[in-house]
Amino acid sequence: MNWSHPHALARRARATHVIVWLATGVLLVAFFRVQVLSSSRYALQSEQNRLRALPLPAPRGLILDRNGAVLAENVPGYSVALLAASAESLSASLGRIGALLGIDSVDQAIILRRYRRDPYDPVTIRRDVPFETVAALEERRVTIRGLVIQTEPKRQYPHGESIAHVLGYVAEITEEELASERFAGARLGMQVGRDGLERQYDDRLRGQDGVRFIEVDALGRPVRDRGVAPTLEPERGETIRTTLDLELQRYVAGAFPVGQRGAVVVLNPRTGAILALYSSPAYDPNLFVGGVEPRLWNRLRTAQDHPLINRAIQAAYPPASPWKLVLATIALRRGLATMETRMTIPCRGGLQYYSRFFRCWKLDGHGALTLAEAITHSCDVYFYQLGRLIGLPELLREAGAFGVRERVGIDLPNERKSFFPSSTEYFNRRYGPRGWTNAVTLNLAIGQGENSQTPINVAQFFAMLANPDGTAPIPHLVGDPKPSERRLGLSRSQLAQLRTALVSVVEEGTATASRIATLNIAGKTGSAQNPHGEDHGWFVAFAPADNPRVLVAAIVEFAEHGSAVAPMVTRIIARHLLGADASGEPLRLLVPQDSAPEPVLILPVDTERPLGPLR
Amino acid sequence: MTPERGLDKPVVVAVTLLLIAGVAVLYSAGQTDVTTVAARLWERQLIFLGVGLLGAVLIFRVSSRFLEWATPLLYWTIIALLILTLIVGTGAGTAAGVKSWISVAGVRIGQPSEIAKITTILMLARHLAAKREPPDTLRGLMPACLIVGIPFVLVALQPDLGSAIVFLGILFAMLYWGGVNPWLLLILASPLFSLLLAFSTVSWGIWIVVLTALLIWLRPYALEGIATWLANVGMGVVALSLWNQLAPYQQNRLLSFLNPEIDPRATGWHIIQSKVAIGSGGLFGKGFTAGTQKRLAFIPEQATDFIYSVLGEEMGFVGVLLTLLVFAWLVSALVRIALRAPGPYAGMVVFGIAGMFFIHILENIGMTIGLMPITGIPLPFFSYGGSFLLTCCFALGIALRVAWDSHLAGYADL
Repeated sequence: MNWSHPHALARRARATHVIVWLATGVLLVAFFRVQVLSSSRYALQSEQNRLRALPLPAPRGLILDRNGAVLAENVPGYSVALLAASAESLSASLGRIGALLGIDSVDQAIILRRYRRDPYDPVTIRRDVPFETVAALEERRVTIRGLVIQTEPKRQYPHGESIAHVLGYVAEITEEELASERFAGARLGMQVGRDGLERQYDDRLRGQDGVRFIEVDALGRPVRDRGVAPTLEPERGETIRTTLDLELQRYVAGAFPVGQRGAVVVLNPRTGAILALYSSPAYDPNLFVGGVEPRLWNRLRTAQDHPLINRAIQAAYPPASPWKLVLATIALRRGLATMETRMTIPCRGGLQYYSRFFRCWKLDGHGALTLAEAITHSCDVYFYQLGRLIGLPELLREAGAFGVRERVGIDLPNERKSFFPSSTEYFNRRYGPRGWTNAVTLNLAIGQGENSQTPINVAQFFAMLANPDGTAPIPHLVGDPKPSERRLGLSRSQLAQLRTALVSVVEEGTATASRIATLNIAGKTGSAQNPHGEDHGWFVAFAPADNPRVLVAAIVEFAEHGSAVAPMVTRIIARHLLGADASGEPLRLLVPQDSAPEPVLILPVDTERPLGPLR
Repeated sequence: MTPERGLDKPVVVAVTLLLIAGVAVLYSAGQTDVTTVAARLWERQLIFLGVGLLGAVLIFRVSSRFLEWATPLLYWTIIALLILTLIVGTGAGTAAGVKSWISVAGVRIGQPSEIAKITTILMLARHLAAKREPPDTLRGLMPACLIVGIPFVLVALQPDLGSAIVFLGILFAMLYWGGVNPWLLLILASPLFSLLLAFSTVSWGIWIVVLTALLIWLRPYALEGIATWLANVGMGVVALSLWNQLAPYQQNRLLSFLNPEIDPRATGWHIIQSKVAIGSGGLFGKGFTAGTQKRLAFIPEQATDFIYSVLGEEMGFVGVLLTLLVFAWLVSALVRIALRAPGPYAGMVVFGIAGMFFIHILENIGMTIGLMPITGIPLPFFSYGGSFLLTCCFALGIALRVAWDSHLAGYADL
């Protein structure tokens, strides 16, 4: 048949029509699926293509003192970021603005590394840029593609050094933290608490970041900045009210002897509320905001006097004479002694124990004393014998109830455990089963030897003494008091008797120089043997003795050279209770009188390793 | 009879609509937030269109008989130009490595491969129309294959595989219109299937079994059957080395067609961004000139190969539906003109033209949505490009003249 016969052609034309319309139908179905059925998915992808999210950092919550005074706040700062299409263009832009921002090759490498982690979002170049620099950058904006300048709240600590250790500081989140569970959902470059309350309550202080969008082209270059998509405003973090008393804190910081190391804890023994907490030397937390200079950081970290350590909770010292109250408490509790009990050997300036002579701090001796008198005059000979009477295993066991080898559990990060051996096994392990003698009991009895207590732990023990029922809530800076499990286990009358003895320490005993007539102050001085040099001076006191409202525990390292621990403490108490500087006179420089005797060697061989305060 | 009545209305209306939409979308393609070469292309396209319409009017005045007489001259002239292109041709734009342009003193005049589509249609129509009976053996198909094969090879050597495949499409469309048994066409195409299926041994094995059964059932001449079978086996064997001979961009296009997510930033980029643009357009589109994918240069080649993505993004499914219907209507109208043509040659030419349009539309639009592999062949009346617009105008001029002739001859009512 002729191929061009009309019927044959018509048949093929019909088939062709079918094919054409079928193909059109297939295309239409395909487009329908993409444009109608899956439209939302592609619309989202299209938005993700063109929009880049810029985080709007949330201001951190304020930190207030008990009266509402601001301890940590936010001020406006500027941060500079770059949105780059490639590592090369980022380097080029950095080359153009690097000098202006003071970026060296090390910084540049860090920035490039950060960029590679997240190339689609702007990479922060510098935080806390001064306004003049921002103005200079704005002038050059046309030549720097992808420049993003935005205001960013900057943390400020108006009272600087005087309250540094309690507040801590903030710093940029580290890569390890980003990976950790605690910071789930955090973003690179975020400011997080690094120490102190900022760290402890970071979850509450950290706000909810906002987000703002800019439009970019296919190469990731910004095209439009404003009004491309709705902005989500940041939410400020929770404001935290602390138990601190700013006035008192500043007074403590001012009263602490200049250039000395040490710590002061001021708390309300009934509630455990910390009123002031100071560690010397301090640092200025404002220096850390917006990135600390590596040089400064290294200096602070390696400095001999360890300014970054909060000595009130992170340093432990031999507790010295204040520890005598631990022995007194154990003896009273076990019924081994009353306040009137005298020891068999009166104090003649020392005690012969086998081949060794253990000195009392008072070389001409105290004579025969009752327990109350021994506390008042801090007689070492009395407590050597009391320690023997209690016995080493019992001393080690019973002291545990006072938390002498634990943390108090204050709401600050990195609190250090205090140390006191848990059993005689400790000595066996350390010196060998025959390497030590019962003479360790004598050292432990006067708060020397293998015993190091943090100031906060000593404060907590005296808070239990101060309260009528022999317990005290856990020291804290934020929130309501929480009961502690520590118990003295004494009757109310026994506690009252101990308090009377402590009052007489100030009235007629070792701390008379610090006496303030109008206040009924109870306290205990102490001088800790320090293998590294001069002694450390302790003074723990509370007032009024019959109804304590304030307790101060203070330690000054190397106090023998010009410090006055006890007068400083009583003036802090007076400041708090009387609301003013009670004496108005300059502090007299005094050494506590009960400077502890040289520690007697307890070892057959000379291998004793000293316990330093900062280990 | 007035000239207006003699013009084929559906073709004129469809083409007018498509041209208006095409220039509008091309204008929109230039409206971007980043500097682009596409910014003022629509103005140049209007100039090309003016030239093209002039050409269409001139072609319209040429009778089919004169055209048939001049066909060999036109065909061989273009073949000569294609050979010249291979020697002195230059590339352009994203296809800079391809020799597809004839330039004079550094000014690019045109792409002979586009015009070659028309001349090949004319030449093939002249050959097929001269026969009373359709060829019923592979050997009988050889002259037709040769006519298309010469420009096919020359274009493929540029290398421009996409355009070359259009020639194959034209060949099969016209052989079908010429009454060749579709089974024979399948056997003719079978080595190509082998080539494509050889990437999976299993699919290729199944294909060989099917082909063997088909050959036994159809009973072609024994030699032809054996040759076909051997050609299929041979294709399966050389497929891998052929694959290695492809330029990397051609390999990537094929791979990305199979799975665009292989490399979303590089080779899969075109198809992903095109689909995102079309999909985000939704039912009614983002509005004329307002497509963000286009404005921010996410759509690649937004004025040429992927111009339909711009339409999909800005006009939505409604725009796609309307244009696709008009396109199909146009192809149908051309088929109808072919059916009513006053002579076999004229009908064959118009059917070839319809086939050419159809292949371009199907491939280009299918590519924007991932149904077809990415090739650089333009969408009629939409894509920017002078040579192809001119080719389309010539083709329409020929088709309208055939419609006019059949109207005069009284065939219009068939």
